[in-house]
Amino acid sequence: MKPLLRIVDLHKSFGTLEVLAGISIDVARGEKLSIIGPSGSGKTTLLRCINYLEKPTAGHIYVDDKLIGEKQVNGKFVHLSDRELAKERAEIGFVFQRFNLFPHLTALDNVSVAPRRVLGLEKRDAEERALAMLEKVGLAHKAGEYPERLSGGQQQRVAIARVLVMQPKLILLDEATSALDPELIGEVLKVIRELAEEGRTMIMVTHEIPFAEEISDRVIFMDDGKIVEEGPPHEIFSNPTHERTRVFLRQIIDR
Amino acid sequence: MPEFWIKMWEWWPEIFPVLLRATAMTVQVMIGALIVALILGMAVALMRISTFKLLRYPALFYTDVMRGTPALVQIFIIYFGLSDLGIEFDPVSAAIIGLGMNGAAYVGEIYRAGIEAIHRGQVEAALSLGMTPVRAMRYIILPQALRLMLPPLCNYAILLVKDTAIISTIAAPEIMFEARRLVQATFMYSISGQIYLICAGFYLALTLPLSQVAKRLEKAKERWR
Ligand SMILES: Nc1ncnc2c1ncn2[C@@H]1O[C@H](COP(=O)(O)OP(=O)(O)O)[C@@H](O)[C@H]1O
Ligand SMILES: [Mg+2]
Repeated sequence: MKPLLRIVDLHKSFGTLEVLAGISIDVARGEKLSIIGPSGSGKTTLLRCINYLEKPTAGHIYVDDKLIGEKQVNGKFVHLSDRELAKERAEIGFVFQRFNLFPHLTALDNVSVAPRRVLGLEKRDAEERALAMLEKVGLAHKAGEYPERLSGGQQQRVAIARVLVMQPKLILLDEATSALDPELIGEVLKVIRELAEEGRTMIMVTHEIPFAEEISDRVIFMDDGKIVEEGPPHEIFSNPTHERTRVFLRQIIDR
Repeated sequence: MPEFWIKMWEWWPEIFPVLLRATAMTVQVMIGALIVALILGMAVALMRISTFKLLRYPALFYTDVMRGTPALVQIFIIYFGLSDLGIEFDPVSAAIIGLGMNGAAYVGEIYRAGIEAIHRGQVEAALSLGMTPVRAMRYIILPQALRLMLPPLCNYAILLVKDTAIISTIAAPEIMFEARRLVQATFMYSISGQIYLICAGFYLALTLPLSQVAKRLEKAKERWR
């Protein structure tokens, strides 16, 4: 079967600093992939490249066999226009570490703004869909609240609803719970677990080892902008082949 | 001293209507210039934050020139300089265009600072949802930036009210121009001090409400952040 996401030899440098040094990954439709690795290993940058918030220095990304952020004209790769790029991004959801909710909009408007302004839905339709998504993350009763009045866990759940309402083919989650107080992590993980059970395609960067072991089909360990090893979760977590993976896991567990 | 004020009282009917009319003109020039500055300033700001050097540099140049030369000189160039080239403006239009173009540099900086103060994560969230940069600006960035911009814009409006005084030099019939005309009408020479004091009062009547609004907005902004 063809992969939903194909990353081919992705490189990214900031000036002279090489952050991604040739990453290639295939992700199947419905697959749950977890990415782990030490801070600064390039995990966030990798996710950001997938929806072109960051322009790769080299390499290509395909979703459903379609190039992301570029097109081929006369055999040459050229960057997409803002409009074309926006269309592609609408199909890839991104959950940020720091939520990035829009502080000037209520929870409901945070979720309905993209259906309205991107998909062009009528206000009523957009709000109906948005409310259904808030319901799904258990926050329908907070629809009228502004983000500052919500806890971190609630904010992140609104952010997830905001992604879901666009019915993305692929969801990217960048340490979705690492900015949360410990007692708020559970409610967000619960929502993510439900998404996983619905068979959505997800790539998550996470430090929640037991959670990653439970829901992912595959785990990738990254270090220094490279994939050090990958495999089924029980193999990576219980029986890693590489010393670097072992050291990293020991550090995380000790914390 | 008291007899001055007695004279003042006698001439009041001659002075007051003139200065009131002049104040109306000042307000008109100020609002006209403000509108020009607000619109042109947006263009300047959007160019300055653009990633294209071809847009960024001209806007930077414009800002530097407008802020680095006296508004009086700019207005003279528009009023006298352009008329030499056959482009004629009446004093009021020249004043509105001159003060507006000058203000666009300041307002542009206010806009730019407001836009840049919005966290990058906001644009990124908007983009990741499939908004184009233009939509992200319109629906996500500007509404937030506006709240940051309003207090400094209000302060700019206060400066603008005071700056209208310089256009008396091109005979735009605003407060200072009319005041000087009154004084120069020989019979009022002796009370010039009082007339200028009254002028100050008229300016204050315009600027004090604006500073009140500015203070309120500043407080509202802090509450919201
Ligand atoms: N915009 C940027 N400019 C310069 N360096 C960056 C930028 N973004 C990330 N980096 C650098 O790239 C490296 C990888 O960052 P990141 O992808 O955030 O790692 P991780 O998410 O694994 O902690 C870090 O050294 C970081 O400082
Ligand atoms: Mg990171």
